[in-house]
Amino acid sequence: MNTTELLDIQDLVVGFATDRGVAAVLDHVNLTIRQGEVMGLVGESGCGKTTLARAILGVLPQPAAKIGGGRVLFQGEDLLTVDPVSVNRLVRGRKITFIPQDPYGAFNPLFRVGTQIMELMKWNSPRVTAQELETSTRVPALLQRYPRDRYRADKAAVIDILNSVQIPEPEKAMEKLPHEFSGGQRQRLMIAMAFLPQPDLIIADEPTTALDVTIQAQILRLLRDMVSRQNISVLFTTHDMGTAHEICDHITVMYAGQEMETAPTTRFFAQPAHPYTVRLLESLPNRDREIREIGGEIPVLTEVPSGCRFHPRCSVASDVCRRDRPDEVLVADGHAVRCHHPVEPGAAS
Amino acid sequence: MNKSSGAPPVQEPILEISDLRRYFPVRNVIGRRVGWLKALDDVSFDVASGETLAVVGESGCGKSTLGKTIMGIHRSMAGTIRFQGQEIGTMRAAERREVGGRLQYVYQDPGASLDPRWKIHRSLHEPLIIHGGLRRAEREERVRDILHAVGLPATHADLYPHELSGGQQRRVGLARILTLHPSLVILDEPTSGLDVSVQATVLKLFRSLQQRFSLTYLFISHDLSVVRMMCDRVAVMYLGRIVEIGQTEAIFQNPKHPYTQSLLAAIPRIGEKRVTEDFWLEGEPPDAVNLPSGCRFRNRCPRAAAVCAETEPALAKTGAAEHAAACHFAA
Repeated sequence: MNTTELLDIQDLVVGFATDRGVAAVLDHVNLTIRQGEVMGLVGESGCGKTTLARAILGVLPQPAAKIGGGRVLFQGEDLLTVDPVSVNRLVRGRKITFIPQDPYGAFNPLFRVGTQIMELMKWNSPRVTAQELETSTRVPALLQRYPRDRYRADKAAVIDILNSVQIPEPEKAMEKLPHEFSGGQRQRLMIAMAFLPQPDLIIADEPTTALDVTIQAQILRLLRDMVSRQNISVLFTTHDMGTAHEICDHITVMYAGQEMETAPTTRFFAQPAHPYTVRLLESLPNRDREIREIGGEIPVLTEVPSGCRFHPRCSVASDVCRRDRPDEVLVADGHAVRCHHPVEPGAAS
Repeated sequence: MNKSSGAPPVQEPILEISDLRRYFPVRNVIGRRVGWLKALDDVSFDVASGETLAVVGESGCGKSTLGKTIMGIHRSMAGTIRFQGQEIGTMRAAERREVGGRLQYVYQDPGASLDPRWKIHRSLHEPLIIHGGLRRAEREERVRDILHAVGLPATHADLYPHELSGGQQRRVGLARILTLHPSLVILDEPTSGLDVSVQATVLKLFRSLQQRFSLTYLFISHDLSVVRMMCDRVAVMYLGRIVEIGQTEAIFQNPKHPYTQSLLAAIPRIGEKRVTEDFWLEGEPPDAVNLPSGCRFRNRCPRAAAVCAETEPALAKTGAAEHAAACHFAA
């Protein structure tokens, strides 16, 4: 695997203005995704994983969200400081694409699937020429035509990719309306649309949560095959550890807006070093039928604990945990943990 | 009400379902019936007192319709539902209310069914008033007991739902169902959409309540790892039929029906080989309105033969006791 960094998030701080004050949704978060890597972002609801995904895409809800600092370096460029117009034209939907959680809501129910896919290709096809890109900023969108020969080439590419996501009879499928597809088929269409612009990074936000377990297995297998064939990087957010285990190369776990631990998938499950990860994995359903809970509740983000945000629920917390957020400690190759008292390998309680 | 808790089954069944049928009409634009959606197609099983029976299957297999038909939310079209020896499927609404207290249904998020403008106190008293028979002081005592049992301080009775956290609301919703001292509780997808740590807390609560109140659970879920941890027996449904039923460990370790095998093969196993690397089940469930002839699973089944298209296999005992599968090739 090529080890160049594709995406590097440094010290990202995001807050949301609410009636009860500012919710500190992301607190100095660091995250790195290398070329061709599937990075899993796991954590419980409200931990900030969706906010992080939206911050990368630059689609945080406005005006509630405020970026309080940090950098989002994508291919060396800080997406937070470059001109928003050029991000919109060159990066979002083209170099970074998105697979939504809900394949039902993502299509317009009134237009044929083919129309909606070709609309995407009109603007974000990899065959768009530099000249077209240049005019797209000057001429109103409605007046711009879709060149015939590019349309033909794009359509062939669409049929090609619908075949590879195993949509039966792609030509006929494009004439159908979204409701004529099942949830699994619609998610296949979404995956196809995410791959069509030939992106460098795909952000998949819980793409299999709405699906049944057998369909989930099919979709995960499909996604992994397509990603490895094209050497694309994926940021895969999920709250389901099993799904993360199936598809990710690396996993980062977040808790209440702070990233806690990053490790290669096998090591993440075998030798977790952060007490939160340990407790989280213990609370998964297991064979010995014993239920272990973490105890306590997730903090309200408007009144977050000081220092490490997990300290009120942590059994090894000390004064330093209440005072300072721990720095990143590298416990093994590719395995970083932000904890003052990391769990020794093999000593997991 | 004081049935011995714990060690299931081998007791008289609390619920006996036989040949239960519920079809939904499919209508065209002008309202003429053009077909039937067979949500429950001759379903039969027993639930022993004190046990937890899981009903698992993918969306659209009829598992929620089953729970709702038992509750009387949907009327059955054929078959019998005997609850504590009494036929309840054909009862009138007034008679049904008598049974209502002993048979309760828990929706996915019980906390969401609280009235936001009522204090917890009033929400908890309401079922006791409807089902009558208790004086005010007795009701107060019952409510205090229940709040304690679900792990909430008695002072919470004076709060409004919005003053509680989501988890506490959920506890109040459960308390509301338990004030009537039900014997059978139908849990419809009780953990879907929950984070693992919250899920652990909820499951622990279900378990302690089962022991404390000698509850029998019908546990409707699509999450097989939760089912394995919580349930004594498992019934697997596919398109309106039970295709396999048996003791939990027998089903998980030695599934007989190819559909059950594929369901189990799809569950990610942490720390082991990725299951998606050799997952074999292709396709999606067929349209429930146009079922294939013979076995409903044959279009996706790797073992399907000519006989599968001709006759629909009946649920038949396999080697082990109490383990039955509906497959021509279940060895």
